[in-house]
Amino acid sequence: MKQIMDGNEAVALAAKLARVKVISAYPITPQTTVVEKLADYVSNGELDAEFMKVESEHSAMSACIGAAATGVRAFTATSSQGLMLMSEMLYVAAGLRLPIVMTNANRSISAPLSIWCDQQDSMTVRDSGWIQLYCENNQEILDTTIQAFRISEELLLPVMVCYDGYILSHTLEPVDCPDQADVDAFLPRYNYPYALDPEKPVSIGAVGVPEYYMEFRYLLQKAVQESKAKIVEIDREFKRRYGRGYGILEKYQSDDAEVVILTMGSLSCSCKDIVDSLRQRGEKVGLVKLKSFRPFPTEEIIEALGRAKAVAVVEKDISLGYAGGLFIDTAAAFVNTGKAPLMINFICGLAGRDVTSAHLKQAIRETQKAAETGKVEKKIRWLGLQEKLVEE
Amino acid sequence: MKLKPGAVITEPGSSERYETGGWRTFRPHIDDSKCTGCGICWLFCPEAAITKDKPPKVDLRYCKGCGICANECPVKAIIMMEEGRK
Repeated sequence: MKQIMDGNEAVALAAKLARVKVISAYPITPQTTVVEKLADYVSNGELDAEFMKVESEHSAMSACIGAAATGVRAFTATSSQGLMLMSEMLYVAAGLRLPIVMTNANRSISAPLSIWCDQQDSMTVRDSGWIQLYCENNQEILDTTIQAFRISEELLLPVMVCYDGYILSHTLEPVDCPDQADVDAFLPRYNYPYALDPEKPVSIGAVGVPEYYMEFRYLLQKAVQESKAKIVEIDREFKRRYGRGYGILEKYQSDDAEVVILTMGSLSCSCKDIVDSLRQRGEKVGLVKLKSFRPFPTEEIIEALGRAKAVAVVEKDISLGYAGGLFIDTAAAFVNTGKAPLMINFICGLAGRDVTSAHLKQAIRETQKAAETGKVEKKIRWLGLQEKLVEE
Repeated sequence: MKLKPGAVITEPGSSERYETGGWRTFRPHIDDSKCTGCGICWLFCPEAAITKDKPPKVDLRYCKGCGICANECPVKAIIMMEEGRK
């Protein structure tokens, strides 16, 4: 049944449909209404779960770790500074191979203080061992959050579902909501093989001495890298059931495109519009929307972008002192292949700065110029920067 | 032995198989003639690597050579000697 809801409600509804047993969360803009909605569900009896009010995000993730270790389905949601504060425990959750689902309403990082959207927060914790899936619209948020529980529990890996703060978290859209019975059939009972149980004692969180630590990191790296196949498989099953699937990345008019935009999240939607309008004028442009940033789908990226003459990597984050995270990883994907398209990194939309169609067209024009001349004048470009304010 | 995901240990007491004696730089040497058998070394040993006998026996598979026994012995019957020295 279709309902009108914002991205945060889509998250809360997905967690309810997944019958989460422990919710441990701390409210933070723009995630707050996720927590409010879940608290409503618990207090009015729609959801049978333990709702833990904790004093910080560090505690929120710690409680999720404890809950997941007892073998119940644990969930939390955060944004920005909250994600930074829990970062220590993110690494613990992944290192302990505990299935936890967290949604992150993407928001910029202080300083300067800002509550508006960019993807710096989740980009900053990309090395933590969490699977990271980015969503384009509210339907995808709901669907991905439901899928995330399956992925997480089948692989014993935590999954972070990322969606743009305000742009999706607070924007109403029609969302096709599955029935409880449907979701129950898709999501079997959570069964953690090493659940804490006095009858079957286990040790969790033992020291990793130099003789063993590397092997555990190797196993974690292998698990995250190989999760790609499972993500695709679960998405296919979801599609068979609900008619909606997303893949590990989406290719939009990109097969014969000379210039391709690569991006993640809600920007994909604006890019599709631009691609459509330029295609009508006969310009060979396309879009690749990356859904899974971790695991990074190297082979699929090479396949999707390898035939283009030039690629515009458009993203709302930057690894200070180098380039955008998506750009860095995409460039690295082509290493040793002997043939890589030209690439320009467009940094845009930081802390809620509007990314207009004029900006995106400018990015395409500059990338088309590179494709024609075979040269990139400046590898990293800032879109929509007020240059008069920063010139010396 | 295959490692379990997340470093979970499912076998209680398995740390007994991890012999920490290899950490040792100094080894306790007990002068049997001075030992009164008071049991203080046994009580203080953080690794439970000393028996409550007179004279006590040190389990060198686990003794890390911390020297607490030598420090606590009221009659100075234990001295710490560098490994490899006689």
